Amino acid sequence: MTDPVLELIGISKSFGPVQANKDISLRVMPGTIHGIIGENGAGKSTLMSILYGFYRADSGTIRVRGQEVQIADSQAAIAAGIGMVFQHFKLVENFTVLENIVLGAEDSAWLRPSLARARKELRSLSDDYGLSVDPDAVIEEIGVGMQQRVEILKALYRRADILILDEPTGVLTPAEADQLFRILGRLRAEGKTVILITHKLREIMEITDSVSVMRRGEMVASVTTRDTSPEQLAELMVGRKVLLQVGKSPARPGAAVLQVDDLRVTDAKGVQRVKGVSLTVHAGEILGIAGVAGNGQSELLEVLGGMRPATGRVRMDGQDIDLTGHHSDGRTRRARGIGHVPEDRQREGLIMEFFAWENVAFGYHDAPAYNHGPLMDQNALRNDTAAKMARFDVRPNNCWLTARNFSGGNQQKIVVAREIERNPRLLLVGQPTRGVDIGAIEFIHKQLIALRDAGAAILLVSVELDEIMALSDRIAVMFDGQIMGERQPDATTVQELGLLMAGMTGTVPGAAA
Amino acid sequence: MDFFTFVQILDATLRFATPLLLACLAGLFSERAGIFDIGLEGKMLVAAFLAAAVAATSGSVWVGLMAGIAGSLVLAVVHGLAAITFRGNQLISGVAVNFFASGITVVVAQSWFAQGGGTPQLSGDARFAAIIWPGALTKIRELRAADPLTQTYSELISGHAIIVYIALALVPLSWWVLYRTRFGLRLRAVGENPAAVDTAGISVVRLRFAAVLIAGVLCGLAGAYLSTALQAGFSKEMTAGRGYIALAALIFAKWRPWHALWACLLFGFLQALALRPDVLEGVIGLKVQGQLLDALPYILTVIILAGFVGKAIPPRAGGEPYVKER
Amino acid sequence: MDKMPKWADVVLLPLISLLLAGAISALVLLATGVNPVAALGVMIDGALGSTRGWGYTLYYATNFIFTGLAVSVAFHARLFNIGGEGQALLGAVGVTLACLMIPWPHWTIALLAAVVASALFGAAWALIPAWLQAKRGSHIVITTIMFNFIAGALLNYLLVEVMKPAGIMEPASANFPPAVHLPNFADMLAPFGIPFSPEAPANVAFLLALLAAFLVWVLIWRTRLGYEIRAFGFSETGARYAGISGTRIILISMLISGALAGMMSVNNVMGEAERLVLNSAEGAGFIGIAVALMGRNHPVGVVLAAVLFGFLYQGGAQLSFQLQIPTEMVTIIQALVILFTGALDQMIRAPLERAFLSLRKARA
Repeated sequence: MTDPVLELIGISKSFGPVQANKDISLRVMPGTIHGIIGENGAGKSTLMSILYGFYRADSGTIRVRGQEVQIADSQAAIAAGIGMVFQHFKLVENFTVLENIVLGAEDSAWLRPSLARARKELRSLSDDYGLSVDPDAVIEEIGVGMQQRVEILKALYRRADILILDEPTGVLTPAEADQLFRILGRLRAEGKTVILITHKLREIMEITDSVSVMRRGEMVASVTTRDTSPEQLAELMVGRKVLLQVGKSPARPGAAVLQVDDLRVTDAKGVQRVKGVSLTVHAGEILGIAGVAGNGQSELLEVLGGMRPATGRVRMDGQDIDLTGHHSDGRTRRARGIGHVPEDRQREGLIMEFFAWENVAFGYHDAPAYNHGPLMDQNALRNDTAAKMARFDVRPNNCWLTARNFSGGNQQKIVVAREIERNPRLLLVGQPTRGVDIGAIEFIHKQLIALRDAGAAILLVSVELDEIMALSDRIAVMFDGQIMGERQPDATTVQELGLLMAGMTGTVPGAAA
Repeated sequence: MDFFTFVQILDATLRFATPLLLACLAGLFSERAGIFDIGLEGKMLVAAFLAAAVAATSGSVWVGLMAGIAGSLVLAVVHGLAAITFRGNQLISGVAVNFFASGITVVVAQSWFAQGGGTPQLSGDARFAAIIWPGALTKIRELRAADPLTQTYSELISGHAIIVYIALALVPLSWWVLYRTRFGLRLRAVGENPAAVDTAGISVVRLRFAAVLIAGVLCGLAGAYLSTALQAGFSKEMTAGRGYIALAALIFAKWRPWHALWACLLFGFLQALALRPDVLEGVIGLKVQGQLLDALPYILTVIILAGFVGKAIPPRAGGEPYVKER
Repeated sequence: MDKMPKWADVVLLPLISLLLAGAISALVLLATGVNPVAALGVMIDGALGSTRGWGYTLYYATNFIFTGLAVSVAFHARLFNIGGEGQALLGAVGVTLACLMIPWPHWTIALLAAVVASALFGAAWALIPAWLQAKRGSHIVITTIMFNFIAGALLNYLLVEVMKPAGIMEPASANFPPAVHLPNFADMLAPFGIPFSPEAPANVAFLLALLAAFLVWVLIWRTRLGYEIRAFGFSETGARYAGISGTRIILISMLISGALAGMMSVNNVMGEAERLVLNSAEGAGFIGIAVALMGRNHPVGVVLAAVLFGFLYQGGAQLSFQLQIPTEMVTIIQALVILFTGALDQMIRAPLERAFLSLRKARA
């Protein structure tokens, strides 16, 4: 048996009171693809940051090819033959591919000979690994798949033989992902070692030789991929199987509240992010939008919430609402009875420096009940806040704390309380339980169901398929800015939805119940 | 207007453009590395004072020049500490540098020379002498009588202090450093995306400090030129907003060396014209207010900033302290 | 949890910054051969030791309250308005026009007119940079700097070519008529039988400044508009979520900021000089930056910091009078305060936070 190319022994790291990595040990064999899988926040990224010299571990040792190494910074990691492809690429946007590859790995103080040699080397690397790129293309003008290849080439150019990829398929189309996997296969065939960090089981099963599972900062198992099954890995990932089951009665949908026709959104870079979406949400039902992050769901929510312009037609209770201009903002949306629990509570839903009572008015600060002429009625606000915080069990129940001082779950409860207690006709909900503890998840889910039962229409966007399955009365799947299909939660399977989320339509044998 | 007057104005243009150009290149290096520098004015002022003060006491302009550069570097290090090490607000730090300079120069000047916040008049070796090129005429009467080529050669090309020629040479040199060397590649990268530089294993802090120090040296040259070549001695607030005009020129030039040269020559030309209202009136036939010429660089910069004449896009990471994150 | 108590952030941090600034200034004084303790004595005596001293201190403080408020209102919207100087110059033009164009029967009406005119002119000068920032994304710091210089050139032009009365060499406007003379502290306190130095320039505009500070406090912490300004300043995406228009907030907060800076001229032009001269703001617009930073953008802090700088200015004048130290000594202190409270905040904050953390741990 060969020796491991990379070995971690007893790595621990904490940030203040949070222990992100607990006594982690890991052995990676040369010439293999090793998967590291775990849920969001399991500590995978922290571990890899330690490997690439972004953080120093509190304790533990790292061995590369049997030699103990100290990785104090990225330079040391590169010297040890470790290359990293970050989830968010680290490229200089207005540089060419060649300049990006050479940056930091120049031969001498003069640029031209370095660039010339890199050009030659790039050609042979491209041939060896099937990584074709135009060396003179400017980064901001090429697609994400191509940019990722530049990142891989950057690592190879630095003679990395251990390549770490952090959630590499998150930004890729399925075709691009397949291409990436072929490239990774080539790398393995050439003797390189690849560490693939992901939370997608399919990728692990498809490409890796061995896999390690992380859960809450600990390494819970390391197994050979072909000796395991997706079910077993899933169980290892989440620990005891938590069944997201919310007690809810069947929906009694009423009249159509929200009607969206051929909605299109173009972002600042001129890329169309929503490509003709049409949907309807009725009173008393929850329409869940499933999809991998970045497929246009966020933009859809932002348009409906008045945060960005769009074209197409949107009606509330049969009446058109403006999608551009002065009458298209959060204020006018709220006036039409649209509540909005945004995807990012810290950047959007709350002002982190504001007190809880100021945040409870956020977005509704011009409501007559909160104001005396131009002045805000602080007493009314604080009384209202105290009542809402009590009803939603926000802890600590102190309206003089700033939002920053609440835990994620309690921050989210403040947002949800604010939006639900306005009794909206339509509630837009984005990632309602991201970074929220189990107890709060259950509570928030119950509140959403109660709002539905009271006759409100709810549009739910979540990347957590379990959440979509548990809450929705109907499920629409978004992929690449379009709705791929609509399913009933009791007449579909996770597998079928997963295929739709990957852009594959058509029936799956045995999927339809 | 006769040709000789025209050459004289161009000659003045070059002299006025020199400190602007040096300061503008200083700003260029700093801002290309992602560090905003509105402290150009202050660094120039301190350099102008120290250069004149030390030249006056030592009798050597070269010693003065070194002192000026050293003074400018001290302020550059303060700015670097605030902007890079402690990740403070780069604009506020620049404002502080400017005020510090305008205060300390007068206080120290008064304490050393007791001449109302200035230094004694410099003469002889305590000033940068004009370099007379071979065959150049120097007597004004001979010049007036000479042919245009000789006039151009003698008045415009010949007869400047060495710093003028250094400043001009720095334009191609800066271009070459930025676009043809490893250092330049890294410098431009750190102003656009410091995370790319950091993950490539290069120290963001060191690169940015290098850029800030280069800016210090160049501002030192600019300041020394003001007090030991353009003028003969330091006077209170003698930079008179040149640091800000240089900043305007930098935006006008969209952070590129050759364009910086043209922008500084343009602004220098405006300053030269402001001194010859008679000429301007004679040429365009109506009276132009000197105040308009004074304000023109700023007005032009606002127009450029407004994006009405081609958008000026600053380096993307400019003004933002770098915090490591994934 | 917050890393340290709020009082440490609001009181301790600025005080430490001030002490550091003072210590370095003391070193500068030592280097120029002056005993800093003696110098401080001269300053205290000159600025606070007589009603005349107080009159000057509060006169300067009045300027700084206005400009400090101007900077802090913009800061609340995350806008760095360096253009207070230019806005004050334009405000001065407004005051001058108001005082010279109409023969006011009484100073009270003239004061009202001057306040309105100065606010309008100052706001107008802030409008273009604000509009460019909101609509074209032009960096407001750079544009307001440029507008300071343009204002200087404009004032120069107006005084030399337009407003200068015939037969006078100096570039200055005509003297204001006696009817618009504002009562100074001596006039104001005489009815109460309190003697006050009649030479001191502190005048009724000081009360106006305090009123402005109170109104800014109401605006920022009590009104809906202030709520929106603060929300926008903390988080632009949050503001967009809540339906708060960024364009509107940028324009309104800069207009208010410009108006406040402009109103400074009621004090120095109408209340003291009683005519318009070149460079009439004399850098007070810039001192507003130090005052706002030191005062933590809170009106109470701004008033206290403005009085402190008023003390430094008057004390500095005494230093120059008695010990021949240039008044620029104050500029050094001002620069150091800006540096420590604004740019090197982390240098002081980080060790302080660590100290509080270990203190908390020791107690737990």
